[in-house]
Amino acid sequence: MSIRRPAKDQPEKFEFNESSLDEAKNIINKYPKGKQQSAVMALLYIAQKQNNNWIPLAAMKYIAKFLDMPYIKVYEVATFYSMYNLSPVGKYFVQVCTTTPCMIRGANKIVEACKEKISENEHYLSRDKNCSWMEVECLGACVNAPMMQINDDYYEDLDKEKTLQILDKILKDEKPKPGSYRGRINNEPENKRTTLMDLKNA
Amino acid sequence: MLKDKDRIFQNLYNDLGSDIVSSKKRGDWVNTKELTDKGRDWIINEIKDSQLRGRGGAGFPTGLKWSFAPKEVGSRPHYLVINGDESEPGTCKDRDILRFEPHKLIEGCLIASYAIQAHVCYIYIRGEYFVDGQKLQAAIDEAYEKKLLGKNAAGTGWDLDIYIHYGAGAYICGEETALLESIEGKKGQPRLKPPFPALIGLYGCPTIINNVETIAVVPTILRRGGKWFASLGRDKNTGTKIFCISGNVNNPCNVEEEMNIPLKELIEKHAGGVVGGWDNLQAVIPGGSSMPLIPKEKCETLTMDFDSLVAEKSGLGTAGVVVINKDQDIIKCMARIARFYKHESCGQCTPCREGSGWMWRMLERMAKGEASKDEVDMLGDVTKQIEGHTICAFGEGSSWPVQGLLRHFKDEIKKRNGFDPIVKENKNIPYLVDQHLLDKNA
Repeated sequence: MSIRRPAKDQPEKFEFNESSLDEAKNIINKYPKGKQQSAVMALLYIAQKQNNNWIPLAAMKYIAKFLDMPYIKVYEVATFYSMYNLSPVGKYFVQVCTTTPCMIRGANKIVEACKEKISENEHYLSRDKNCSWMEVECLGACVNAPMMQINDDYYEDLDKEKTLQILDKILKDEKPKPGSYRGRINNEPENKRTTLMDLKNA
Repeated sequence: MLKDKDRIFQNLYNDLGSDIVSSKKRGDWVNTKELTDKGRDWIINEIKDSQLRGRGGAGFPTGLKWSFAPKEVGSRPHYLVINGDESEPGTCKDRDILRFEPHKLIEGCLIASYAIQAHVCYIYIRGEYFVDGQKLQAAIDEAYEKKLLGKNAAGTGWDLDIYIHYGAGAYICGEETALLESIEGKKGQPRLKPPFPALIGLYGCPTIINNVETIAVVPTILRRGGKWFASLGRDKNTGTKIFCISGNVNNPCNVEEEMNIPLKELIEKHAGGVVGGWDNLQAVIPGGSSMPLIPKEKCETLTMDFDSLVAEKSGLGTAGVVVINKDQDIIKCMARIARFYKHESCGQCTPCREGSGWMWRMLERMAKGEASKDEVDMLGDVTKQIEGHTICAFGEGSSWPVQGLLRHFKDEIKKRNGFDPIVKENKNIPYLVDQHLLDKNA
């Protein structure tokens, strides 16, 4: 288990804006009548997106009312799942995979790059408050190790130099191109394909 | 080696495009109605004949699982739930299906829903795969547009709605009952079984839960026949499987191969060999991080299927092959896996909640050579206290890799950790309350 605590400075109020409201209503319709609690995870994501990548307590209270469920049940879900940020993480949230398959391919170099460019310690915002980083568990792109995730996108086949370039971009508020940074296509063996050969030439 | 024409996932590397037009060219959705017209029993029997076993890790026979769904729909509706919470370190196969072969999955959902009489299907995707989930959503939208989903889906006379539910970074939600809890909007903590989900599952209704890869191969099996699928691999370990080969290999990749393929062929042929040559190989984790590692000597002759790996006291799991060469510190590698399990334990059962952290701390010390001699045996004991004493299989998943390390690299640990503080060697210090319960002969 991991310890997760809400931020000290909390906004007093939170409300869905119009587009969030539409999205939330659509999501509730995915689930059977009376089972609207199922939508809580998706609604927390919506709140997180609307509130600059983190979820304040006020949003949990708002969602509890919205779904007609006890506040503590929302709090329970928000603190259980690690992708809900309970304190500000900045506009660019960098997650570096350091689990064994990435570790043995040099994930520590990516961590080094984050320390140099963003902040000395995990969870701390960069100087311009726009960016933060943390180590996470397996992100499920093991054959493209080492890799990291920035917001929704995966950046794969990295080394320290390329990570520094990517981080430079986000610190300048530009979005780097996601995908492999060795020019490799998806999950095929690099330059040495052994299967589905006809398709390659087609 | 498997012939290209026998590969089910022709678009594994996205040469052909994942949209509906390209998918139809590959044979998806061509005669779905013909397949369902042959009836539920035919579908389930064909899957039984194919001997398809679940691709999510446990390897449970899929046809058998489907036959557990009640024959008649009572007052409670049936549900089909697809498990795409792929989080096992070393595994990244479902992601490729979601983004490159979504129509195989959707068509499989329709056929499986028809077979188990479900009108609603939830696909649970891990939150980190948001972009890949969006690609699947686009494919679902396409399918609705072409009337392949919704009322009278694909002309089969069966109504089906598919919804995506995103997880939020909890490995434990890959456990089927934790996944159901998560869809119900609760924290993902596994349920006691029985009752099994086939009778009491999502919202208390009969629910069948299958892995993404399992469902995505179903349409092809029905088209080419269960016999064709069963002719690949060997008895009870049939068909093809996507292997993910990561770690210290020259060309890490995903590749679809026949079951029972030699491990050496996977590594040498498809993944370009071990970094530093075969002799530089130290160990291989054959099926995702929960499966005990296999030392080099055994890798020479090992074949990759469920039963032959069980015979080696390991398992095929998700077929995520992690290759570790001699440049790596094996204790450190396992300590990192232990840290993963410590982080991901849901906290419901005490042996797992406390034990996973305990194993991690001991392994970290052992990697640095700071552990005392008696801790080596203590570590083995802790794994035994966790294994089999938890609600779900996470207990096994966290303790097996440590047991694998102890089985094959105990000498290495002992060599590094000679620290003997006050304790005289071989003195039996009770450190677990119930140590007296241990079988002395075990």
